[in-house]
Amino acid sequence: MIKEKRQILIFALFALIILLVPLFLKGSYFLNVLVFIGINTLLAVALNLLLGYAGQISLGHAAFFGLGAYVSGILTTRFPVDPWLALLIAAMCAAALAFVIGFPILKLKGHYLAMATLGFGIIMYIFFNETVDWTGGPSGLSGIPNLRLGPLIFDNDRNNYYLIWMITLGVMLLSINLSQSRIGRALRAINDSEVAARVMGVNAHILKVQIFTVSAFISAIAGSLYAYTMTFISPTSFGFNFSVELLTMVIIGGLGSIYGSFLGAAILTMLPEFLRVFRDFDIVIYGLMLILITMFMPTGLIGGLETLFKIIIGKIKGSTARNA
Amino acid sequence: MDNPSQLVQYILTGLSNGAIYALIGFGFAIIHNATGILNFAQGEFVMLGGMFTIFILSFLNLPLVPAIVLAIVLSTLVGILFERLAIRPLKNVKPLSLVIITIGASIFIRGAAMLIWGKDTHALPAFSGNNPLYVYGATIMPQHLWIFGITLLIIIANKLFFSYSILGKAMRACAYNAHAASLVGIDVKIMVLLSFVVSAAIGSMAGIIIAPLTMTSYDVGIMLGIKGFCAVIIGGMSSGLGTVLGGLLLGLLESLGAGYISASYKDAIAFIILLLILFIRPEGLFKQKETQRV
Repeated sequence: MIKEKRQILIFALFALIILLVPLFLKGSYFLNVLVFIGINTLLAVALNLLLGYAGQISLGHAAFFGLGAYVSGILTTRFPVDPWLALLIAAMCAAALAFVIGFPILKLKGHYLAMATLGFGIIMYIFFNETVDWTGGPSGLSGIPNLRLGPLIFDNDRNNYYLIWMITLGVMLLSINLSQSRIGRALRAINDSEVAARVMGVNAHILKVQIFTVSAFISAIAGSLYAYTMTFISPTSFGFNFSVELLTMVIIGGLGSIYGSFLGAAILTMLPEFLRVFRDFDIVIYGLMLILITMFMPTGLIGGLETLFKIIIGKIKGSTARNA
Repeated sequence: MDNPSQLVQYILTGLSNGAIYALIGFGFAIIHNATGILNFAQGEFVMLGGMFTIFILSFLNLPLVPAIVLAIVLSTLVGILFERLAIRPLKNVKPLSLVIITIGASIFIRGAAMLIWGKDTHALPAFSGNNPLYVYGATIMPQHLWIFGITLLIIIANKLFFSYSILGKAMRACAYNAHAASLVGIDVKIMVLLSFVVSAAIGSMAGIIIAPLTMTSYDVGIMLGIKGFCAVIIGGMSSGLGTVLGGLLLGLLESLGAGYISASYKDAIAFIILLLILFIRPEGLFKQKETQRV
């Protein structure tokens, strides 16, 4: 469990703000954007577990997101499967696939891992496009039902907001816990030096495969939620560009920072909504952000803000000390 | 194989694509051996070569040969800028950061190309016309011959450069042991920069000679880049015969697979080969295993 009181407080405050926000919003449009921030936060947290905690890159995470969306979409439109059950099956499918490919793929390091996951992502993208009988191919899959819970139907932004953010907050809490557990420390050790971690008795390879599997599981849940929210999916949402967008969210927020993943997801979801220019320039800006943040702010915006905060606090303390 | 001419056709297409993959693979190997970096943006040099040539031909109305030379120079400049602005300033960064920076650069270059030239597909005119030659019932475009000829020239020049010229030997010394190389008076920074120059030049040349056959657009770099990467992985990260064979093998398998199995899964075939090689023999098909130094 989270040990420090301060951290419990921060999370409770964060959760409270998230849950109260809809009360102050008039229009449905902002709520809709917030729903997508929720889904993207879920994805960014999932990728951050792999990239920030264990230091393993993936350029194919959009594939797990897509797999979740398609398995849920296909099961609920072509078979009489309950959406919740379909969500669970979709997540299990993605986890099983991640587990199987994780063993060989996570033996690779650095650029090799990037290339292999990129290759995996593109193979999946090709399958989403080409298995037209199942996925509907490039024209997409429509008529996916909404989730229901008793009398509640998740067909409007307010209901979806609470549904998605409850799940996202839960995953965030689990992830923050994970970082302070034995597994979290072992992952950090792998991130710092895999050889040293192995020497200290950490089974690095198994642990990497496990975190990859968990990450795929969460990404597929996000995919299912996306499918039920949109009721329509097509392959373009799950291509290489989206994998890069996820990577950018994690990097600008800060590697290993769960709140950073929220910040990154929020920024990258809102920018194209509110800055029309951004839509044409998005890919250039992602590239530039990746380079600049990695070069000049390796701990991301959250890390940068913390440093800034400390400097300001230090200055204030310094000046009060001098005045006194 | 009911139709032998069809088979010849697939083999020809496969070999010419494979030659391109081998050239792109060279670019990967040269930078990797000089810096330890796998340059994710390698495919973008290929795209830049083709796009710059088309742009120069249509806007500056230069003849083909000067246009090609200018395009290579411009792509090489992009390579130099990339090295100076994003690679050289880095000190003691984690390997993950290097991965992310080259990915960022690749996306940035692609995005900039999209803004400048738009999303349309462009065709470069063939170097010497479109009258096909017929061999065993298969058609060869003159461009195929250009591809084979130029690839062969580059392979020979590459071999001569790295085996006999002082600069090439210095670059190999750096690849082998940068610290020792600096002790005997080799400027490692210059050699790293030079590796980006050579690899951008070879990459853009590959992009130029393939552009008349396959068309080109701002986003061809990613596919070509990964296939070149696949070739160089098969070749064990060398800029030699292994990579040439790797490229040709990949080109052949891809073309035969597209012809006899399924055209829509053509790219998937290349990636499945890539994953298999990475899983089974990441040190390459023709190389002994090395122990990793920690």
